[in-house]
Amino acid sequence: MEFLGYKREDGGVGTRNYVGILSTVICGNEVAEKIASQVEGATAFLHHQGCCQTPVDINRVNDVLIGLGKNPNLATVLLVSLGCESTNIHKVADAIGATGKRVETVVIQEEGGAAKSVAQGILLAQAMVTDASKQKRVPFPLSELVLGLKCGSSDTTSGLSSNPVVGILSDLIVAAGGTSIVGEVTEFIGAEHLLAKHAKDEETARKMLFLVERMENRAIQMGFDIRGGQPTGGNIKGGLSTIEEKSLGAIAKAGNAPFQAVYEYGVKPDVKGLVVMDSPGREPEILTGLAAAGANVIAFTTGRGAPQGFPFVPVIKLTGNEKTWKNLKDHMDFSVSSVMEGAETFTEAGERLLAELIDVASGKRTKAEISGYTSSMDIYMVGPVI
Amino acid sequence: MKQDAIMIKAQDNVATALRDLDAGQICRFVAGKKTFNVTIKEPIVYGHKFAVVEIPKGTDIIKYGEVMGRATAHIPQGAHAHVQNIESLRGRGDLGKKGA
Repeated sequence: MEFLGYKREDGGVGTRNYVGILSTVICGNEVAEKIASQVEGATAFLHHQGCCQTPVDINRVNDVLIGLGKNPNLATVLLVSLGCESTNIHKVADAIGATGKRVETVVIQEEGGAAKSVAQGILLAQAMVTDASKQKRVPFPLSELVLGLKCGSSDTTSGLSSNPVVGILSDLIVAAGGTSIVGEVTEFIGAEHLLAKHAKDEETARKMLFLVERMENRAIQMGFDIRGGQPTGGNIKGGLSTIEEKSLGAIAKAGNAPFQAVYEYGVKPDVKGLVVMDSPGREPEILTGLAAAGANVIAFTTGRGAPQGFPFVPVIKLTGNEKTWKNLKDHMDFSVSSVMEGAETFTEAGERLLAELIDVASGKRTKAEISGYTSSMDIYMVGPVI
Repeated sequence: MKQDAIMIKAQDNVATALRDLDAGQICRFVAGKKTFNVTIKEPIVYGHKFAVVEIPKGTDIIKYGEVMGRATAHIPQGAHAHVQNIESLRGRGDLGKKGA
């Protein structure tokens, strides 16, 4: 089986072909957004970080921007900087450029303000779109897919239907030689002993368990019961009673393949197969983390109906909740309520989902892309704003 | 057969409603090789859980064959099993405060 993608200079394969307008700091967002809004074929990555933070977080902002810039769904990259931020814009530009990708920079304080920066950025981005649009999709094996996994606005149907179906999908991608990334470490809490059995070896299991312990301790240190935050109020309305119940359903997304390695947030895997990445479960941070890690397509399960997409990585929404499927047609791409009723097996639904994934990877637009519901983005920070 | 509820593992003590269930109705479902007939005690909304057997206070709640929490009150067979009578055992920063 093959999909149609865009070949990149560093060997990666894009499922989309955008010019990425990346803001290097919160203070560049307005300009980046205006440039992208005026250029068809460009898309902006905006966030709230990049200044007045500890070095741990500033380094992460640098690394995540580099990862996003390297993502194969971006043909070329325009960085928008204010000029006085802590983000190391030269390091970011050089690292992205090392892939052979064209990188341009607009610095607001050097251009002479927002108006001139927007004008300069639009002209640059227009030329970059012209170049990018010459590229044609060509066939690639499924081993070039880097699948990100996510569940959001979960209810009890998530663990009973959509997450196990995505687990089958993940196994199929891994069997084809591709990569699958599972994050949402908060939603390992209470199910980590089951996930640990899927580790390649004891050392890899230990690394995963460390991430879970670190995440749980962060929550405990706040001195409250995490219920209400995890599971969320919406999860509870959907019938999920505890984080353990949510987690037991959530880890089904990882399927049955052994996980090969464990990474910090936003780090690109250097192995194929199933891998674990540190990340909280909230949409902006995990979608950004997956994109920074090189995901070129994301499968996102939902129970109650999460609409979020991402600017340049297609996010396929699937649900096992037949009410959500009927009620939120403009957000849902795929229904697996058939497996809840026993009308279709998990394997059959997983194979049907793979066909949908191949279509989307080859250019079929998701509901999130069509509706423009694609601004769930931010960088996961671990320290304070100072 | 269209089931009214789903129970993942035969050792589970809660099942999940696959449609809105009314008080007094007998809910029938299969788990493993065993067929269960549970009389529903109170309305159960789609996707919510009910006790398959009587669950004494302090008992582990079992779903997917795994511990997903603990009963904070006696849960009669067929009663709604949710946040009002189930507590989490994880991420409990509040317990440290009480113990201090």
